[in-house]
Amino acid sequence: MTTTAVARTGEAGTGAPILEARGLTKHFPVHKARLGATRSVVHAVEDVTLALPASAITAVVGESGSGKSTLARLFAQLITPTSGTVLLDGKAVTGRERRRYARQVQLVLQDPFSSLNPVHSVRYHLARPLQVHGLASDLDDDILALLERVSLTPADQFAVKFPHELSGGQRQRVAIARALAVRPRVLLADEPVSMLDVSIRLGILNLLAGLREQEGLTILYVTHDIASARYLADVIAVMYAGQIIESGPATRVTDSPSHPYTQLLLSAAPDPDRAEPPSLLGRGAPPNLIRPPSGCRFHPRCPHAMAVCTDGTPPAFDLGTGHFSSCWLHAQGLTSAQSRPLAGAGRGTGAAPGGAAGGADSAAGGGIRGAGGKHRAAGGAADGGKPITDGRTAPPPRPGPAGPGEEKR
Amino acid sequence: MRKLLRSPKIVIGLCLSGAFVVLAIVGPLVAPYSPNASSSTTSGTPMPPSAAHWLGTTQVQQDVLSQLLAGGRSTILVSLVAGAVATVLAVLFGVSAGYLGGYGDDLLSMVANVFLVLPALPLLIVIFGFIGRGANPNDVLIGAIIAITGWAFGARQLRAQTLSMRARDFVDSARIIGERKWRIMAFEILPNLVPVVATSFLFTVIYGVGTYTALSFLGVISLSHWSWGTMLYWAQNAQAAQQVRLEWWWFVPPGLAVGLFGTGLALLNFGIDEYVNPRLRAAGLTGRRARRAGLPRRPRLGLTAVLPAGVTAAAAAAAAGRPAAAMDGGAVSAVSATAGGVIPGSAVAGPPVTDPVLPDEVQQ
Ligand code: SF4
Repeated sequence: MTTTAVARTGEAGTGAPILEARGLTKHFPVHKARLGATRSVVHAVEDVTLALPASAITAVVGESGSGKSTLARLFAQLITPTSGTVLLDGKAVTGRERRRYARQVQLVLQDPFSSLNPVHSVRYHLARPLQVHGLASDLDDDILALLERVSLTPADQFAVKFPHELSGGQRQRVAIARALAVRPRVLLADEPVSMLDVSIRLGILNLLAGLREQEGLTILYVTHDIASARYLADVIAVMYAGQIIESGPATRVTDSPSHPYTQLLLSAAPDPDRAEPPSLLGRGAPPNLIRPPSGCRFHPRCPHAMAVCTDGTPPAFDLGTGHFSSCWLHAQGLTSAQSRPLAGAGRGTGAAPGGAAGGADSAAGGGIRGAGGKHRAAGGAADGGKPITDGRTAPPPRPGPAGPGEEKR
Repeated sequence: MRKLLRSPKIVIGLCLSGAFVVLAIVGPLVAPYSPNASSSTTSGTPMPPSAAHWLGTTQVQQDVLSQLLAGGRSTILVSLVAGAVATVLAVLFGVSAGYLGGYGDDLLSMVANVFLVLPALPLLIVIFGFIGRGANPNDVLIGAIIAITGWAFGARQLRAQTLSMRARDFVDSARIIGERKWRIMAFEILPNLVPVVATSFLFTVIYGVGTYTALSFLGVISLSHWSWGTMLYWAQNAQAAQQVRLEWWWFVPPGLAVGLFGTGLALLNFGIDEYVNPRLRAAGLTGRRARRAGLPRRPRLGLTAVLPAGVTAAAAAAAAGRPAAAMDGGAVSAVSATAGGVIPGSAVAGPPVTDPVLPDEVQQ
């Protein structure tokens, strides 16, 4: 029933996850409910389960409005979830231990032009976390060391500056230094480069990669740009309409995307330097999150939508090696009534509905393979002749015993 | 700071109100006579200005200049105390209501709203009636009591500004590193609200001048306690304005003093408002100067630029009482809204205003 996907460490990262979301849900009230009226809510994040493997970079990719920033803020305990829990080292986090939690988990916000207080100097921004947590042995030395860590040199000159005297990239480095000041184990970065000039994005991304490499920091990298996620991350989780719809090792997800939405995202974002979030409007708008579509939330836009997609939320199917996909195409043993293509589905792709029917009609054993093959074909067709997956990629291995495809909680 | 001093409104306002404050401090020391001393007990006719009495005398031959100086100290002290106390109350209520939200906000806002709708003058008359009118009432106490009726408007403004501040990322960032609530309010939000706090202070000082003058004029406060209001009371009592020979030297100086002090404060206020919201300033500039200052050209919409500041200030000072101050505040926030085409929240020093965005340098 749930659309959960567990990012398991594939190639990188080992051991138990440090930080974990279990069934996290966040609904925002649209406006204050009048007496007696039912409250309408925005389903910003719906039942997300995601584990951040230690010392690895996990990327959460999605369009704007997919709930990825809300997820980052839920992880940072900035907002309280409607339901579900955040686990730190396997223990549920309560709102009461704010400070202790802040020692472990830090969040860098998207916009460095508003995340630094204009009335305070760089020194103040870096001194506060040290003072709050009683970490400074020698305040000035520690501040200079922090600035050097994020390559803001000469550090003593940067320390006395005010935010308005810094460029966007420099501000973002200060924001990262502030987060690093408490020596956290987990760094959450909410679109850390989207507000920055293209020319300085790489510097920030490399800074994050270096922190993972040298200090074993566990990083959550939230982005709309799947290309940068591939560049940086070990694990990618793709979000759509508040749910994680595909997750797995970064190379697997980007080389052989198994969810139609991921394929769409890849076809729409071939350019890592793209400044704007990819516009997918040509293929239908992101759904209304006040009344999200039934079943698979992607079905109104999905070229492969089947009858089953409208009434059941697809669970996370295990495709092996830590690759999960919440799409009914990976289900085995769908009846032909369930796999009947939806009227209007596959607009523009022509061949896809037939493929869908064919794939699903085949016996239960062939279901996955058929579905996988269809993904590829459809992916090629959907992006207008620009193949996103090359022939080299092997179809995803079959899951082990039938049944364990369901979510891992 | 230096930029602030380039605004003529601020410079004039500062000089004007500063001069009054200096007079309040040194005035009674340099006054030629005691305000109560009668130079003659026989003549019952006010004397026009002369070498002995620069501003003439009252009906009982008291020196008007000495009364003006003595009354100025009381009037200005009361209004400054009223401004300070009201501003502290406004900050405490407004910022915590805006930041805490929820039931705390509901409760604090309700209190502020109650004080906002209480009719100020009748309430003050009742309060002072209770306290009784001692022969020599305490100016600080008077100021504090006036503040009770004058803080609510500022609290509402500060609450609104805090609400918009609370959504800013640097507040979230402070929460992320584990700052406590009171520290976020006092050290992250409040410094960004300094212009709003200053505006609120200046308004309540103007309100204090008007209210105190009105109360003394009505005789609510001991008539032997010299203030500009009591001077006007005695002049009115002697029908100085209705005599065949208009005894202008008696009632014009205190009235003018009230007006000028209010004007100075109002100019300061407008100057700060323009500094905080550069689009207001642009509304008052010629196109060429606006371009030179690097400001976008805007049609002249601002009340600030169109209305001579003195008019508003005099109106505020003359029409004593909170309605005037409240109306003035409304006008200014309306100015922010119309001239800038922005929400009143922009009247706060924020990145778009105080720190010009630097072009991104390429990082090595
Ligand atoms: S095939 Fe069905 S389940 Fe899969 S993405 Fe499309 S609509 Fe969703």
